[in-house]
Amino acid sequence: MTDIPVIRTKNLSKAFGDHYVLRDVSVSIPERSLFAVIGQSGTGKSVFIKTIIGMLVPDSGRVWFRDTELTALGRREMTSFRNRFGYSFQNAALFDSMSIGENLAFPLTEVLGMKNRNEIKKRVTELLEWIELPGIELKRPDELSGGMRKRVGVARALILRPEVLFFDEPTTGLDPVLSETINSLVVRVNRELGITCVMITHDIPAAFRIADRIAFLDQGYVIADGTPEELARSDHPMVRDFIRISFSGLET
Amino acid sequence: MFPRTGRKLETIGRYFFFLGEILRGSIRRPFRFAQYAAEMEHLGVDSVLIILLSGGSIGAIFALQMIAMLQMFQAEIGTGAAVAVALAREMAPVITTLMLIAKNGSAMAAELGTMRVTEQIDALESMSINVVQYLVLPKVIASMFVFPVLTLLANVVGVLGAYLISVVLYTIDSGSYTDYMFTFLSPRDIVTGLVKAVIMGFITSTVCCFHGLNAGQGAKGVGDSATKAVVSSSVAILVADYILATLMLKVIYA
Repeated sequence: MTDIPVIRTKNLSKAFGDHYVLRDVSVSIPERSLFAVIGQSGTGKSVFIKTIIGMLVPDSGRVWFRDTELTALGRREMTSFRNRFGYSFQNAALFDSMSIGENLAFPLTEVLGMKNRNEIKKRVTELLEWIELPGIELKRPDELSGGMRKRVGVARALILRPEVLFFDEPTTGLDPVLSETINSLVVRVNRELGITCVMITHDIPAAFRIADRIAFLDQGYVIADGTPEELARSDHPMVRDFIRISFSGLET
Repeated sequence: MFPRTGRKLETIGRYFFFLGEILRGSIRRPFRFAQYAAEMEHLGVDSVLIILLSGGSIGAIFALQMIAMLQMFQAEIGTGAAVAVALAREMAPVITTLMLIAKNGSAMAAELGTMRVTEQIDALESMSINVVQYLVLPKVIASMFVFPVLTLLANVVGVLGAYLISVVLYTIDSGSYTDYMFTFLSPRDIVTGLVKAVIMGFITSTVCCFHGLNAGQGAKGVGDSATKAVVSSSVAILVADYILATLMLKVIYA
């Protein structure tokens, strides 16, 4: 991890109708860090990611990727810029009309316009081996377990070699063993590939264990932001309650 | 004030914006010809049987009613002409479209709705894929090609159904029947119906895809979007048929 921010937001706000989901969110995500966003359900965590990568337009505020202000880019410029980001969805969002191999090849053919079948096959095979699921190219998404689908979802997000990879609740719905497998994969993406990882999660103990920095969202506001140690020392009542409840099960 | 009316008007506005996106997508690269062809096959081949059955039945039913009425004037020889002209101008495009809405329109909305609620649409957007160009445009192009082809098929089987009822069941003279039919049926009747079918294909596919892409959350959201797609596209094509019939009577038949 470096101290140079790869993504910065300043006073980012987003509302749907009268309901504010993000309010004046200002965070700085260091390059090559593993950054976790935690908070209760419905506090705007997914909206935060989608606003950063331009899938949602903020009502106010600014977003920078290194020195480029993303919120100042036009729709077409932002669309081409988005290839620098990867997005691993909560339920993997694999295309169920395609095989696993086709799912992984899809960004290469449709986004990069690659036509060399051997090169595409090589990259798909290498990535499946890297996520420790070799030889499943011909399987369909519905033939895989939840954990395997999530790993394939991560592989599809990685295949374009993004600079920042966003994980939307990667362990939701998984048992503790599978959750640990996915958390390990997130750490490998960050440490082995040197990719900045931004992870939305409800798994607070995991976030404290693996993240370099954590932002706590509540009612659209960032109420705490810092290293796990700094957050653990927070005197904000909501943060203290959340941490106490999340870790109480582990203590017993 | 009038929040429901406001929301309906907003939906109509968004639909026309969506049409603009489709038109923009149709003139921009990449052109996915293989996908257009695959969609045509999917829409067309799987719908042939349903069009054969419904087209043949409509022709036969219409012939039965016409014979019953024309017999009073001893003019049942004109049954073939009446059925062929009515089928070509109105019934074949409308029946074909209604059948294809029931079979394919609802499926389009359900497919896109499911992709929306399972975040597959978001996944495409996160990869900077133009969703309208990638998912919607092939369905629209395929519909605009397949609807007239199947309408033509409905014309043929409808006329055959009427012929069987008239000539086999009611023993109307075959030569006079067909002679009358070809005297009254002109190529422009068929062209009129085919033009309508192209426009109805466009309306059906765009309305159904629009509802699919705007599906709400969960299984209920997908179900609601399929229902809305079927109801609104059925109503839209009947209204469009009236407008087109009025225009064509003034322009083509004037």
